[in-house]
Amino acid sequence: MSVLGLIFSNIHNKEIFEITNYRTIASAPIGGRYRLIDFPLSSMVNAGITTIGVITKNNYQSLMDHVGSGKEWDLARKNGGLVILPPYSNTINDEVYNTRLEAIKSISSFINHSTAEYVVLTDCYHVCNINYKDVIKYHLEKNADITCVYRECMKEEDCHFPVNAFTLDEDNRVVKMELLNGFIGKINDSVDTWVMKRELLQSLIIESINTNYHSFNRDILSRNLKNLRVYGYNFKGYFGNICDLKSYYNVSKDLLKLEVREELFNQPGHAIYTKVRDSAPTKYGDNAKVSDSLIADGCIIEGEVKNSIIFRGSKIKKGCVVEDSILMQDTIVEENITLKNVITDKNVQIKYKKELCGSEEYPIYVKKNGVI
Amino acid sequence: MLNKKECVAMLLAGGQGSRLYALTSKIAKPAVRYGAKYRIIDFPLSNCINSNIDTVGVLTQYQPLVLNEYIGNGQPWDLDRTFGGVRILPPYQGKHRTDWYKGTANAIYQNIDFMKRYNPEYILVLSGDHIYKMDYSKMINFHKQNNAEVTIAVIDVSLEEASRFGIMNTDENLRINDFEEKPKKPKSTKASMGIYVFNAELLYKYLEEDEKNPESQNDFGKNIIPEMLKNDVRMYAYPFKGYWKDVGTIDSLLDANMDLLNDESLDIFNKNWKIYSRNDPYPPQFICKDAIVKRSLITVGCYIKGTVINSLLSNNVKVEKGAIIKDSVIFENTVIKEGAIINHSIVANDVVVGKNAIIGEDKENSSKIAVVGEGFNVLNNQRIEAGEIVEVGNKE
Repeated sequence: MSVLGLIFSNIHNKEIFEITNYRTIASAPIGGRYRLIDFPLSSMVNAGITTIGVITKNNYQSLMDHVGSGKEWDLARKNGGLVILPPYSNTINDEVYNTRLEAIKSISSFINHSTAEYVVLTDCYHVCNINYKDVIKYHLEKNADITCVYRECMKEEDCHFPVNAFTLDEDNRVVKMELLNGFIGKINDSVDTWVMKRELLQSLIIESINTNYHSFNRDILSRNLKNLRVYGYNFKGYFGNICDLKSYYNVSKDLLKLEVREELFNQPGHAIYTKVRDSAPTKYGDNAKVSDSLIADGCIIEGEVKNSIIFRGSKIKKGCVVEDSILMQDTIVEENITLKNVITDKNVQIKYKKELCGSEEYPIYVKKNGVI
Repeated sequence: MLNKKECVAMLLAGGQGSRLYALTSKIAKPAVRYGAKYRIIDFPLSNCINSNIDTVGVLTQYQPLVLNEYIGNGQPWDLDRTFGGVRILPPYQGKHRTDWYKGTANAIYQNIDFMKRYNPEYILVLSGDHIYKMDYSKMINFHKQNNAEVTIAVIDVSLEEASRFGIMNTDENLRINDFEEKPKKPKSTKASMGIYVFNAELLYKYLEEDEKNPESQNDFGKNIIPEMLKNDVRMYAYPFKGYWKDVGTIDSLLDANMDLLNDESLDIFNKNWKIYSRNDPYPPQFICKDAIVKRSLITVGCYIKGTVINSLLSNNVKVEKGAIIKDSVIFENTVIKEGAIINHSIVANDVVVGKNAIIGEDKENSSKIAVVGEGFNVLNNQRIEAGEIVEVGNKE
């Protein structure tokens, strides 16, 4: 069975504006050596999906730099492989898409040219290792027209608002979809991942062009719950939902838990691939003191690191204490500096400020190339 | 032919590395792990691409499986090219003769057709036994400037060490007038690094003549170079300064690894001269609470709960609670169970070190190194003495 993968790289940019100021959410750094798009991209490849379109809108230089030809995911292919789909604007009003449905419309020629039987659509704001083979199998078993992936979640967990909540019947068919701005108890939260036949997607696009619909969830899914067999697939694994800086921080901290890392990174046949940087191994100095930390290659660590995530190529010099912090690529922390609850973007130098302390609720964010 | 390469590199990677014992039972020496995430062959291959040499023939013979798989299409070194790139060259069956590679020169001789396909000006001959960073393009420039026919890279060694090397005696312009293999009384301290630049046509001629001589051992150092000197070929010594180490023995392999911790002269962190290697998709290393990690090089996938001091850990090594690793090198996928102590040792890949096992001896007490071969299962409480070498199918 041939399946076409479609990944939206930009839909959720506004919600986490600090980190996506310079990049798509898809290329937001996570977990020491990854970018968010590595998760859906690797999951698709691991499920045997070898043609993947990445839909972009703006600021996608870093994304293109990261995925390159797709060779790290074995997606540099003559047939299919990775295709970056730059935004398309029509010459009359010179505007690119605003909604998911408009984005799909704008790439309709790519979808029409594909010969795949099925389409998997997904987003880039989740940290999870989903088995798309299982989702497609479920889709076939239920003889569904559209399968929507959801997770059960409680209010106290990180929920971005508004959420798209599903009401399901006993067979897990979606009977109701609503946009909630708040709720009590448990809901079935859509994770914006769908499976359907390519032909169905094509006909839905034509319908939406004819009727001038804009919203995929409201105008397409919600409206068609009676005509189409729309089913929910309950994803039960770890799901890191990134919707703002705080949840970015919390999901990152989740990666310090062994069981989360085992599930995300250590399942045979379900590895997460990323761009290789050919960094040297990480070097620990005589005074290094590291505990409960995830440390990528290419770092030089001479100070103290606790409960933190250190990305590739960072340097932590003597006398430093880095605690509960996330230091992205090539961050340099000069001697005798204390950081607590800090997120530094790429290429930051901490030099003059001797102490930077945020709180768990409001971590301090230092922007890309910042020198403080 | 439209395409042409100025220089083709021929990398001799067929060596057995018999003095590495258990570490080369199943793999060729150039495929031996070094510096946590590398293999020895990463250094000459990375040097080639960093020197703008994109056509490399890798001559393999001994246990080529791992090496062939590792090099693959050459993509990690940017050597996957439509014309050129890296090629594995094993011995093959011919119409008139079928031979193993009899010596270094014979190995190159058997692949003359490969070199000729690229119509090169120069042939760069390299060996896969050394750790060093070198810009071969500078050496080729030196070769051109001196209008040389052969250039041999040399490094200054101490007079005591000189009798272990091939020594080049030169005039003041660095032209070589004499060559002595492991001389008892060395006349100079310029040791050959086993890196040669030849004018291609000249090399083909000498290789063909050498092949006709049944007395010849078909070796560059023993036959080709002396024969060229006899005929007054313009041969120059290219002086190299920098880190260069042969890793042919257990001691030198451990030493060279330790140099990465203690010697600044080999800088693997330089972004302008990266050493490339094939990467496995492991997550970053994780250092647990109460772990102690000091003066060490550690790479992806490692999970550390115990103590690691002055050591190098390759991909995906697990160090359980209470385990201690000191002055040692551990290759990939090895698990060190609770309470095990590893001192001044080399532990190869896919080894399981049982609980409270003791391997090696503190280097203060013994200069001998313990070696555990690939896939060996060290039992709980087992003692492996300093100087002992254990491997699967041998003393298990």
